[in-house]
Amino acid sequence: MPDQPSPRPHVDISVDGIRWSVPAGSSIAAAFVASGHPGWRQTRRRAEPRGLGCGMGVCFDCLVTVNGTRGVRACLTDVREGDVITTERGSGFAGLAI
Amino acid sequence: MSASHRHDVVVIGAGIVGAACCYYLARAGLKVAVIERGAVAVGTTGAGEGNILVSDKEPGPELELAQLSVRLWRRLGDELGPDAELEPKGGLVVAAGPEERRQLDDFAAAQAAAGVEVRTVGHAGLRDLEPYLADGLAGGVLYPEDMQVQPMMAAALMLRAARDLGAELRLHEEVTAIETAAGRVAGVRTSTGGLSAGLVVNAAGTWAGELAARAGLALPVLPRRGFIVVTEPLPRMIRHKVYTADYVANVASGSAGLEISTVVEATVSGTVLIGASRERVGFDRTSSMKIVGTLAAQAVRLFPVLAGVRAIRFYRGFRPYCPDHLPVIGSDARLPGLLHACGHEGAGVGLAPATGHLIAQIVTGQTAPVSLAPFDPGRFEEPARA
Repeated sequence: MPDQPSPRPHVDISVDGIRWSVPAGSSIAAAFVASGHPGWRQTRRRAEPRGLGCGMGVCFDCLVTVNGTRGVRACLTDVREGDVITTERGSGFAGLAI
Repeated sequence: MSASHRHDVVVIGAGIVGAACCYYLARAGLKVAVIERGAVAVGTTGAGEGNILVSDKEPGPELELAQLSVRLWRRLGDELGPDAELEPKGGLVVAAGPEERRQLDDFAAAQAAAGVEVRTVGHAGLRDLEPYLADGLAGGVLYPEDMQVQPMMAAALMLRAARDLGAELRLHEEVTAIETAAGRVAGVRTSTGGLSAGLVVNAAGTWAGELAARAGLALPVLPRRGFIVVTEPLPRMIRHKVYTADYVANVASGSAGLEISTVVEATVSGTVLIGASRERVGFDRTSSMKIVGTLAAQAVRLFPVLAGVRAIRFYRGFRPYCPDHLPVIGSDARLPGLLHACGHEGAGVGLAPATGHLIAQIVTGQTAPVSLAPFDPGRFEEPARA
């Protein structure tokens, strides 16, 4: 009988103020999908849900704010213990409109 | 036009110029087929910015063509609908110092005499027009007639309108030769067969010289590479197409070396496009982070607010230029039935409707509203010795 794989280590992150425990080494996008949230960003005009689009850094659909840095591509960024992640609404530059 | 052909005209190329030719020919009642080796607007057109400019043109044949084209674009805005993203936003050319400003004012005065709408803007007035513009600029000129369009959408919409009028669109089919009979055009041979027609329009963009060669004719259309940087989407922070006065000198330059001027504009989707580099390196598609970095840095100097904005991608393409920087529009006397509509360099999007309109006027035997002589395909021939 084969050995059971040892449980994967988890890290704790905060998503919009809620604590999530997610597998270490996942991308932030994978953490969202695995946690049952396929659409975490809203489009600027029609507030449609967006999440993992291309999965390889090209489409910029999966943007999140990580530890205060806006516009991070969730598909290319791994979760780290203690990350504070907030989902984004709009462009993040609304205050600069003329 | 022989009744034996299923089509009156074959247009080669489904970029913005080919699309405009197709549109105006179809509207003139001709049976048109467009043949494109790739997809719609994936070559020269898709690598552009969507410039519709009178501001960068000195008085002369190209300016006349641009003025005609601006009038046609205004109508096209209604005909094609909002998806073309045609914006009559105006262009703002800025001068860094007093000497540059004086040259710009002289240039604008000559343009005004040729019928271009110009408005001189002093140092203080710049900020009213563009609140995020850098300090310390000497002044500028506002060109209210300048416009911007989403060129790929505009090409697709013109082709759709032409198709509704009966035009046939054949994508992923390459023209391999121009067929002739009795010394004139009889059709085209293609990768999947062929098509007979008494008239063929070469609208192959940067590859128009290569296409002419397939008809055994020399046509000096050459590639000039340009990079464009794209930012993340922003709310509207930049109102006009804003560029530095040295852009005009660089466009007209005969130098083979790298020239970089600063052109910054927002799009309907929110991204800001940053140009413009020009260099003659053949069809080399290699990325240059040095050029991309320089473009970004210059844009930040013009609009310091962009320092906090990400560039999300860049693209590059080839502007089809001729040695005299004028397009090639008209019948090729060397092969009756062959017409050219190419060589517009960085102005092809802006000049496309005028080009399509002129081609339709020629084909239907009507008088063109501007002189065609400066655009004659035969102008590059060595004069024959007596």
